[in-house]
Amino acid sequence: MSENNVILTEGSKALEPEPPEGNEAIIKLKNISVTFDGETILDNISFSIKDGEFITLLGPSGCGKTTTLRLIGGFVDPTQGEVYFDNKLLNGVPAHKRQVCTIFQRYALFPHLNVAENIAFGLRVRKTPKKELAKRVREAIKLVGLKGFERRKINTLSGGQQQRVAIARAIVTEPKVLLLDEPLAALDLKLRKDMQVELKNIQQRLGITFVFVTHDQEEALSMSDRIVVMDGGRIQQIGTPQDIYNEPENAFVADFIGESNILDGVMLEDYKCRFAGRVFDCVDKGFEQGESVDIVIRPEDIKVIEHGAGEISGIVTASTFKGVHYEVILDVNGFKWMIQTTACINVGDKIGITIAPQDIHVMKKSEYSGKFGDYSSFSDEMDYISDPTYVAPEKLNEREGEWIVSPAEAEGGAESGE
Amino acid sequence: MNNKKSLGAKLVGAPYYLWAAIFTVVPICIVMYYSFTDSNGNFTINNLGQIGAYMDTFILSICLGAVATAICLVIAYPMAFIISQMPASKQRIVLILVMLPMWINLLLRTYSLMNILEDEGIINNILSFLNLPAIHLINTKTAVVIGMVYNFLPYMILPIYTVMSRIETPVLEASKDLGSNWFQTFLRVVFPLSIPGIMSGITMVFVPSVSTFYISQKLGGTMELIGDTIDRQFNRNNDFNSGAALSFILMIMIFICMAVMNKFSDDGEETIVV
Repeated sequence: MSENNVILTEGSKALEPEPPEGNEAIIKLKNISVTFDGETILDNISFSIKDGEFITLLGPSGCGKTTTLRLIGGFVDPTQGEVYFDNKLLNGVPAHKRQVCTIFQRYALFPHLNVAENIAFGLRVRKTPKKELAKRVREAIKLVGLKGFERRKINTLSGGQQQRVAIARAIVTEPKVLLLDEPLAALDLKLRKDMQVELKNIQQRLGITFVFVTHDQEEALSMSDRIVVMDGGRIQQIGTPQDIYNEPENAFVADFIGESNILDGVMLEDYKCRFAGRVFDCVDKGFEQGESVDIVIRPEDIKVIEHGAGEISGIVTASTFKGVHYEVILDVNGFKWMIQTTACINVGDKIGITIAPQDIHVMKKSEYSGKFGDYSSFSDEMDYISDPTYVAPEKLNEREGEWIVSPAEAEGGAESGE
Repeated sequence: MNNKKSLGAKLVGAPYYLWAAIFTVVPICIVMYYSFTDSNGNFTINNLGQIGAYMDTFILSICLGAVATAICLVIAYPMAFIISQMPASKQRIVLILVMLPMWINLLLRTYSLMNILEDEGIINNILSFLNLPAIHLINTKTAVVIGMVYNFLPYMILPIYTVMSRIETPVLEASKDLGSNWFQTFLRVVFPLSIPGIMSGITMVFVPSVSTFYISQKLGGTMELIGDTIDRQFNRNNDFNSGAALSFILMIMIFICMAVMNKFSDDGEETIVV
């Protein structure tokens, strides 16, 4: 479990999360709260960012991730708490005096300047000598692959090219920390994937710290050194992508990152828990005897066996071919499991499933318990879509857009940023 | 298919072409006809030849128009900037206040200004009440410029406000983020982006100022601006030919002024001017 989910009583000193070995913490947020018009946007968050790491703030819209970024950038003042940069207090330092640089959600390029002048902006403000300025702009243009576009007007560029100008404009000033506010949200899928790789390459080549904001869990998992999962203005979990995926701290994290079956369970003793009406061996310990817990089982960790041969059996209510695997919804006494399997399984099949002890993740109960559960709504949606003879009732017509999305999109993708 | 579509587009545009033809092209042709003919309808360029006699009037008109435009710009620019930075609800109220005088007739506004500027007017009453020496304003160039500024100020504020309110907040934040302080942000981002608004504001104030006749008649006393001269040729001297010639030359002069202005603005092609 992560040491970073610091819950503090009022007035207490922050338990500083230990900056991991090697790298110094370049930015520290201490007991930060932000309220706006009486609404709490950030609720007492503390964490540090190590020098040179790629850290991602991940969460649904309205979770406070963009506010956290703007706080570091100097566009939002904390109502409470302190921001440190290189161990110096940053509160009250205006944005233009901070050694951080932001890449804005919709790029915010200067429409009256061409590509080269946009990139040169930060250097001109700093009164960089002409020769050096030209050299650095040239290098930045080369780095982001925009050679030949120097004189182009901003409004003649595609989204991906504008994105590159924004990156070049930011890195040419050699900031110590680059803040990226959902920079890829406006790009189409293919371009987004390419830019993910490219951004990661740029970060590694320059060795500067990236603080990346996204609501796309896949993006976060594939790019980050560490992920800060946020919801409701609070940090839910901090850890490496592997930590976050394999050892989610609570039901929210488990549900937000990847697909998961979340069940009510009871911890009988160390390494033994009960859920779905059966007792299972597991690898977790340290819970009280008889403590009720949330159990997370990833769909890809479930093995399909013959009906009645394993602990759990049920009837298949939906099966969707996804290319590499089938996504199967299995009804077990009313609880709908999601299973990912390479076996060909059809609707109506009776199958059994088995789960290995190391694939059972036990989490403490939290405010999110019970909010996320099985895939019953999912299978209903699938029924509509997979049944070619189904005609939506007239009054449902206007809702059409709502149910032809996967739950992952409905929760994460459908929002268009904060 | 393509033809069908363009035919529809033509039909939709037709009333506007007709409007432009009747109220813009035809009048200009009539003005040109009178400019190049004498009272008997014979071709002549003598009308244009007498312009030399009115050169002083032309120069005075352009000078006063330019001064009024400059003062409008100095007042309107910061005001437009301040309005554009206000919260949206306040912006609407202030904009209505800016436009309110435009709903009142120009004659009425100029008459009230007369009352204010007169030797026995409100300003001098206040001055004498404060035991300060009276100032003579009415029938001076100052009064005419005050009249122009007062009447045409909204036409400067509105276009500048429009371009400024279109500057996105993230763009200003990006400028600060890249190290510019407030002043540098203004100089390097806000000002260049507001040039199109300045250009159309200047046009909308300069053109009516140069060609005004009413303001100068009421506030300028015996002073004659080019508008008054043209007015006199048509209404009193019934000399349509020299009146038309003067109008024609005024039009060309304004056109030259605007062309020069546009040349100075960096983003000439983006301006809404002419």
